[in-house]
Amino acid sequence: MEYKLLLQIAKTHITTRLKQSAIAALGVTFGIATFIILVSFMTGLNGLLDGLMLDRTPHIHLYNEVAPSKKQPLDLATPTLGDWNIVRSIKPRQRPSRIHNALPLLKLLKDNPDILGATAQVSSQAFYTAGALELNGLVNGVNILEEARLFNIDDYIIEGDIKDLYQNENAIIIGAGIAQKLSIGIGDRIQLVSAQGNRITLKITGIYQSGLAEIDNIQSYTNIKTAQRLMGEKANFITDINIKLHDLEKAAPMAQQFARLYDVTAIDIGTANAQFDTGTTIRNIITYAVSITLLIVAGFGIYNILNMFIYEKMNDIAILKATGFSGNDVMYIFISQALIIGTLGGILGLVIGWSCSVLISHLPFETDALPTITTYPVNFDSSFYIIGITFALVSTFLAGYLPAKKAKGIDPVTILRGQ
Amino acid sequence: MKDNQAVIRAKNINKVFHEPVDFHVLKDISFTVNRGEFVSIMGKSGCGKSTLLYILSTMDTDYSGELYLNNRLITGNTPEQLAAVRNEHIGFVFQFHYLLPEFSVLENVMLPAKKLGKKSAEEIEHDAIKVLKMLDIDHVARSKSYRISGGEKQRVAIARALINEPSIIMGDEPTGNLDSKNSDNVLAIFRELAVEKGLTLLIVTHDLDFAHQTDRIITMEDGRIIKHTNQ
Ligand SMILES: Nc1ncnc2c1ncn2[C@@H]1O[C@H](COP(=O)(O)OP(=O)(O)OP(=O)(O)O)[C@@H](O)[C@H]1O
Ligand SMILES: [Mg+2]
Repeated sequence: MEYKLLLQIAKTHITTRLKQSAIAALGVTFGIATFIILVSFMTGLNGLLDGLMLDRTPHIHLYNEVAPSKKQPLDLATPTLGDWNIVRSIKPRQRPSRIHNALPLLKLLKDNPDILGATAQVSSQAFYTAGALELNGLVNGVNILEEARLFNIDDYIIEGDIKDLYQNENAIIIGAGIAQKLSIGIGDRIQLVSAQGNRITLKITGIYQSGLAEIDNIQSYTNIKTAQRLMGEKANFITDINIKLHDLEKAAPMAQQFARLYDVTAIDIGTANAQFDTGTTIRNIITYAVSITLLIVAGFGIYNILNMFIYEKMNDIAILKATGFSGNDVMYIFISQALIIGTLGGILGLVIGWSCSVLISHLPFETDALPTITTYPVNFDSSFYIIGITFALVSTFLAGYLPAKKAKGIDPVTILRGQ
Repeated sequence: MKDNQAVIRAKNINKVFHEPVDFHVLKDISFTVNRGEFVSIMGKSGCGKSTLLYILSTMDTDYSGELYLNNRLITGNTPEQLAAVRNEHIGFVFQFHYLLPEFSVLENVMLPAKKLGKKSAEEIEHDAIKVLKMLDIDHVARSKSYRISGGEKQRVAIARALINEPSIIMGDEPTGNLDSKNSDNVLAIFRELAVEKGLTLLIVTHDLDFAHQTDRIITMEDGRIIKHTNQ
């Protein structure tokens, strides 16, 4: 009953001074909406950039580096008996660097519960020829469906369908730069010549564009068998294994473990992309700094507007107290007033912030680097909305509470005399 | 046992303002107002009449001495207790009306009663209309309080002071801002309340004619009571 009366007084204050109330509420709205729009947009962009890198980069890459054998035949033949065997000017043998026992290893990896998936690759130098032109390039024999599942290769196929490559040993997906230079397209034929001199002719079923010219100018994808055929190798010839983990954080320790266990070179994503990691960290710091600044600025704005709103009401506070309302009653009235304004303004801020985010997420954003992205990325994480409304409520509460608390203890006459 | 009937009893009340310089504004004020008495306070401007009235009405707690209301010591009560005392026992009419501008006349009158919470909303509204009728301003009951004339405002303030049937009504030059016709009107109302309803009234005034119609005139000078004139 009593609270009903106090709430009714608060409501009357708000409705009779609709203009000031609206301005105060809009101050809240503006602060919260700006916060939500900027944070959603910034984290959306960050997420896109991070996702881009993480999506297409294996968490662990296994291969065999070309290097001279650590144990030379001489060491094996004459076990040292206090003598030094010195072989000068050792050169590695010229041969394609394959992973030993790749197929059993692949099976083992796929059974590992920490691993989301692992794909085998056969990569080989080759020349592309069409007509009189000849281009140097790199052919990757892959299981295209696994590549799509784990590394989203399909996001970068700008023409054609990956299913046309799957199961077709005479098909190839070429980089956009190759297609342009050789002026060929889907349905055309292209001849590949390997370093060993093998020659095969393949039909183009897709065009690949990563956005990085140095990749698009050389890279192409075929089936594993096609690549093996090009190199004249058997079905157990695998040059690379790409691994995707459930938990990115485990990449570094697992890479070390694999290198030791399986006698391969294992590079984790952090080592391979150290500068990218730094970039992500810096972008995140900027995002946090901007959002905290925004919240503080919005908070002060909200506090100021409401504070003024309530200070203008000091006279009313004194009159209410003179007629028998207690300091707590007065506090309750002004806090509810502030919270009503904060809630209404805050909710409107959420709605406007969300609407603008939706609008931004429909704005066209086209870039060669991201063929599948057509609009600006926006992060619709609900925690921004929760932070936003919480902040609105806390700052409006304080804006009502602090002046009301001050007024609570003052004798009503002190206020009236001060006029 | 006259003392038992004391509505207000002040004992050695002293007050000092410290700003801008120490100024002893009330010096050893002791007096009593009994139930049903109509008392006026007179004195030169600046002698401390308003200051005294604010202390008696519990709106100023920065003083020394003792103040009793209905024989209960209220000096030193918590602000919450004092608010309740003001609400139930003291009706105050300022020189300037001090109505809440956002509320209608009727709501201004009803608020103290709603705060008291002893009656239902219907009863309170009924009482408020009755008081407004008695003061001849029921026709503006639904108007916003800032849209009525000065004389009407002052009468609304009186209605607000009356609504909880307080032990005492205090007025600080309640007619000071009104023209002679309106002030005669308000003074007539006070007299009527005193005579017909037997209310206890303590009114600060500069109007000698008005003061002569009260039961007793308290004269102040330089922060002291120098004389009680019973009539
Ligand atoms: N807040 C204050 N701080 C310092 N001095 C004050 C304050 N309020 C009033 N005074 C001084 O106290 C004295 C008494 O003031 P008060 O308002 O009680 O006079 P008053 O008798 O009501 O005069 P009036 O008839 O003009 O209303 C005055 O000299 C005044 O200057
Ligand atoms: Mg005065």
